[in-house]
Parts: sequence; structure tokens; C-alpha cells
Amino acid sequence: MSKEHEQGMSVIVKTVTRLTVGMIFLYGVYIVLHGHISPGGGFAGGVIIALSFIHLMLAYGKDVALRKLSKKTASFFESTGALLFLAIGLLGFSGGYFFLNFIPKGEAFRLFSAGTIPLCNIAIGLKVGAGLFAIFVALAMLKLEKGEKK
Amino acid sequence: MEMSWIVPLFVGISLLGAFLVSLLGRKIKLLPDILGNLTVLALLCLSVLAVYVVADKGVVVYNVGNWRIPLGITLVLDGLTSFMLVTVNLVAFFIALYAVNYMKKFTSKDKFYTLFLLMLAGMNGVIITGDIFNLFVFLEIASVASYALVAFGTERHELEAAFKYAVMSTVGSLFILLGIVFLYSYTSTLNMADMASILADKGASNLVLMVSALFLMGFGLKAALVPFHAWLPDAHSSAPAPISAMLSGVLIKSLGVYTLCRLFYNVIGISSSLSSILMVLGTLSMVIGVFLAIGQWDLKRLLAYHSISQIGYVILGIGLGTPLGIAGGLFHLFNHSVFKSLLFLNSGAVEYATGTRDLKRMGGLAQKMPVTSATALTASMSIAGIPPFSGFWSKLIIIIAAVQANRYGYALWAVIASILTLASFMKVMKYAFFGQLKEKWSQVKEVPLCMKISMSMLALICLGGGLLFLPAVKEVFLDKAVRVLLEGTRYSQVILGG
Repeated sequence: MSKEHEQGMSVIVKTVTRLTVGMIFLYGVYIVLHGHISPGGGFAGGVIIALSFIHLMLAYGKDVALRKLSKKTASFFESTGALLFLAIGLLGFSGGYFFLNFIPKGEAFRLFSAGTIPLCNIAIGLKVGAGLFAIFVALAMLKLEKGEKK
Repeated sequence: MEMSWIVPLFVGISLLGAFLVSLLGRKIKLLPDILGNLTVLALLCLSVLAVYVVADKGVVVYNVGNWRIPLGITLVLDGLTSFMLVTVNLVAFFIALYAVNYMKKFTSKDKFYTLFLLMLAGMNGVIITGDIFNLFVFLEIASVASYALVAFGTERHELEAAFKYAVMSTVGSLFILLGIVFLYSYTSTLNMADMASILADKGASNLVLMVSALFLMGFGLKAALVPFHAWLPDAHSSAPAPISAMLSGVLIKSLGVYTLCRLFYNVIGISSSLSSILMVLGTLSMVIGVFLAIGQWDLKRLLAYHSISQIGYVILGIGLGTPLGIAGGLFHLFNHSVFKSLLFLNSGAVEYATGTRDLKRMGGLAQKMPVTSATALTASMSIAGIPPFSGFWSKLIIIIAAVQANRYGYALWAVIASILTLASFMKVMKYAFFGQLKEKWSQVKEVPLCMKISMSMLALICLGGGLLFLPAVKEVFLDKAVRVLLEGTRYSQVILGG
């Protein structure tokens, strides 16, 4: 058995997780990308993306999840997401106003429509997904340190 | 319209600085210091520019994303806004400069500057926004960043203070949110100018009274008025010195006093009963704060209690509602930001050099730390109201305004509180800086250069603060802010009309 199976929950949970975690991640991406034409959006999708990694951490333990998405990468994506969102706002100055929707709106209810809104959703999705995962990692680390002291 | 592009930059630049520091700060060692200070310097320059824009063009209304007024978020730059922006960014600039040396003893400077700039973005946002829900969001950004900053040392008492602060401040935020919800359900708009005009049309109602009470509790808690002050002494004395200075100097003013003024004067409309409540709360804070302060032996705790007392003066002046009273209150707000942040920086310098905050263990430090003790003396004289320092003029104006409004009792309490302030700062100077130098402090050195520069500049502003009441300066800086509050709910016509 590989080292992956030493930590975490039972085989049943691990198997189900292995089957579902990719789909949860994809569903998060879907919610982010369709934020402007259906319910959901950057925040909801970001939370689902973070949940897929948290799911991995619950089933397989901290090490496996952190190998997929390390703390450094998470904080990098978090800052990048925020900067991207701000950049979209500042780019609005090209049309004269902060946060102006400067890209052509296109036809309503199409995937490629609504100007800057899908881009904003992607930025928010990055920020929320990485941020929520980083918070969960921080809590997991805190519990570990407390346990070690005992 | 040409100059209106500066308005959203107050939030944009500070957020840009914050996230760039968090992205790159860990890799490049000097970057957090440089980027942090440059960001705050840019904000300071912009806020001075904002004063000129207001003097030149009057009120600037900025529609984010080019949405029409009640639909989108509106940013408003008027006299009160530019006054507060200058106060906040001026103090923040000197504090950021001070932090270059002071924060060396903490390990993660990048996190410090990220949170510091986020807090600044929140404060600038609260001041500049014309949308009440946007105001709440920025208020939360500033508050949440400040909880983390209070706990920055992660020692036991710091975490305890931060937790207490977080719980109480969140309760305050919830009162504010509830008030906003009620107002939104009553007026169906979130734009403050639009809301003011609808409230004026609908006339008096019990709901507005309820909302006033909720706002008084919520924003009163953020401003640390007396029945809601319990979080302040712990939080302000546990934080690292630059953050104590920031919290006491500008956070309680931009999140508490400014929002109280803006909502009560410009949106809900001030009534005589509301004004009496403000005056009573102000006087209570003034007197109880100073009585609690005088017995303290922990230097930063003593300063924290004095913040409560000085906020009382500001609220008393603004509550009087006369032009002179409001001018005095706002003038005292500016002066208090400068001298209280200076005093907290002094206490930080003493702690940096000696490692203690206990007044009984200090003594004679003036011989070893001439710059710190000279600036501390300036700030103490200023807060105690000794002429010709800035605090004297603003307190004098508040007392004269109270007498003119036939509120002799309030004037008397203001004088008594001022005398007690003098007494408690004589205690600080005697125990900390003057007297015999104790044996164990013979090796103490003066603090590094950046800290000295920052403290000296703030002391100069304390000394020259009275000049702000010269007619030429007063006309562009203070009078514009006073006029915004005096025009009351006509605010809505100014915004919606222009």
C-alpha cells in the first residue's frame, strides 16, 4: 500500500471521494463560468471549488491535499484573484469610469456575453476558492499544533 | 468632471498596495516597507489634491461603472469627506513610516502591511462612499483587518483582547446592519442622498426613531462612547504601537464619529432630542474616560482611556449643532488624531527601548531619549490643552460654543475634564521621562531614525495645529466640512441635483 492510505478515513470514503472530487471541482468551475446567466456566481462557485479540496483533505488527510494545492499556491491564487478583480475595475478607466463594463455586452443568455461580469466572476472564484481553502488549512494546522503540545 | 477620477482611487490604490504586498512581500525583503509607505504617500498626496478639488469645484459625485444615481454605487467627495481623508491619510503616513523600524521585531512585515493597507482601504471607503450598504461593507473590511492587527503579537493577552474586541465590535456591526435593513425596507433605496430625500418626504415615524437608536448603539460602539466603550482599553493597549496609534488616532473617528455625523446630520436629520443625547453621551465619555484614565499605571492603557475622554469632546462639539460647536468638534477630531497617535507612538518608542509599559518602572528617560521625551511633552501639553498647542484651541472653541449655546453645565464639565487630563499627563511625564534616571536604564538608547522622524513631524503638526483656525486655512479646510453638516438633509439636493 502506498503512503497515501495510511492517513485519513476508511477505504469506502476514500473510494467515493476519488470518484466524486473531480466532478465537484468541475461543478464549481461550471458555476463560476455560468455566473452571469444562471444562479450562482464567483462566490458560490469558489466555495464549491474550495470544498473539493477540503473533501480531499477530510478523506485522505492533510498531506495529500496539500500536495495538490499547497499553502503557498493557495495564498498566491488568493492575492492574484483580488488583483485581477481590481485590475478589471481599474481597466474601466479606459472608458472613463471605475468598474465600467467596457467590453461589448453581446447577446443575452449566451456564455460569452455580459462584458466584464464573467471575468469578475473568475477573479472572485479564484479569491474565494483559494481563500476558503487557506482558512481551512490554517484551522487544520492549528489543531495539529495544539495536539502535538499535549 | 476632469478631476473626478481621483475619487475611486482612494480605495483602489490602497487595495492595490495591500494585495501587491501580500503577493510579492514574502520573496523580496524590503518590498513591504517600500510599497507600504509609497502607497500611503500616494494616498496622502491624493487627499491633499482632494481638498483643492473641493475648494475649486465644490461637491464631486462619482458614479461607479457609470450607473445612474439610485441604481449604482455613488462615491461623494465633499468638504467633510476631504477633511476626513486628509486626517486619516496624514496620520497613516507617519504611522507607516514609524512602522518601518518598529515592526522589525515582529516576523512577518508583509502581513502587517497587507492588513494595515486593507484597514486603510476600509476607512477611506467608509469616508468616500455615498451608499449606505457600501459603507457597511467598508466598515467591516476595516474592522476585520483591525481585529487581526490587534492580535498581531499572538501572545495570550493580545489574543484575548482581540477576541473581546471582535465579539463586541461584531455586535455593533449587527446593530448597524439591522438599522440599514430597516431603512432599506422603509425607503427602498440604499443611496444615502436618495434615502435622505425619501425620509424627508415621508416625515417622522417610529421606525426612524428605532433606526436612530440602533445606529447610536452601533456607531457609538465603533466610536467607543461611554456605555459602549469596554472593548477599547484592552484592544488599544494590546495592539502593536503603530496599530494602537491607528486605532485610537483614526479608526474610531472614521468608523464611529464620521459615520454618526454623516447619517444623523445628512441622512436622518438631526433633531433636538438626538442632539441632546449626543451631548449627554459626549459629556459622559469625557468625564468617565478621564476618571478611569487617571488611576492607570500602564502607559498605553492610560492613553486608551484618554481616547474615550477626547472622543467625548468631539461628540459634545458636534452634538451642540451650532456652527462654532461643529467647527470645534471637527477641529478637535483632527488635533486628537495627531496628538493621540503621537502619544501612542511615544509609548511604543519607550517600549521599544526599555521593554516596559509600566509607569512605575520607568523614570528619567528624558536624559537617554531626548527626541521621544520632547515629542511626548509636546503631545501631552497638546492633549491637556496648554496654549499655544493645538489641543488648547479646539477645546477653547468647544467650550466657547457651549457657553454661547447656553449650555453652561456642559462647558463646566469640559473644563473639569481638561484639568484632570492635565493632571494625568503630568503624572506620565513625571514618572516616565523626568526625575531620577533608574540604574537599569543607563544603557537605554534613543530609537532608530524613521521613528524619530515620524514622531518629530507629528509633534510639529501639534505645535502648528492652531494655525488651522487662521481664516485663510479655515476657509478651505474646516469651514467646508462644517458647512456640509450644517446644511443637514439638504445634502440630498446637493448630491441628486449635481
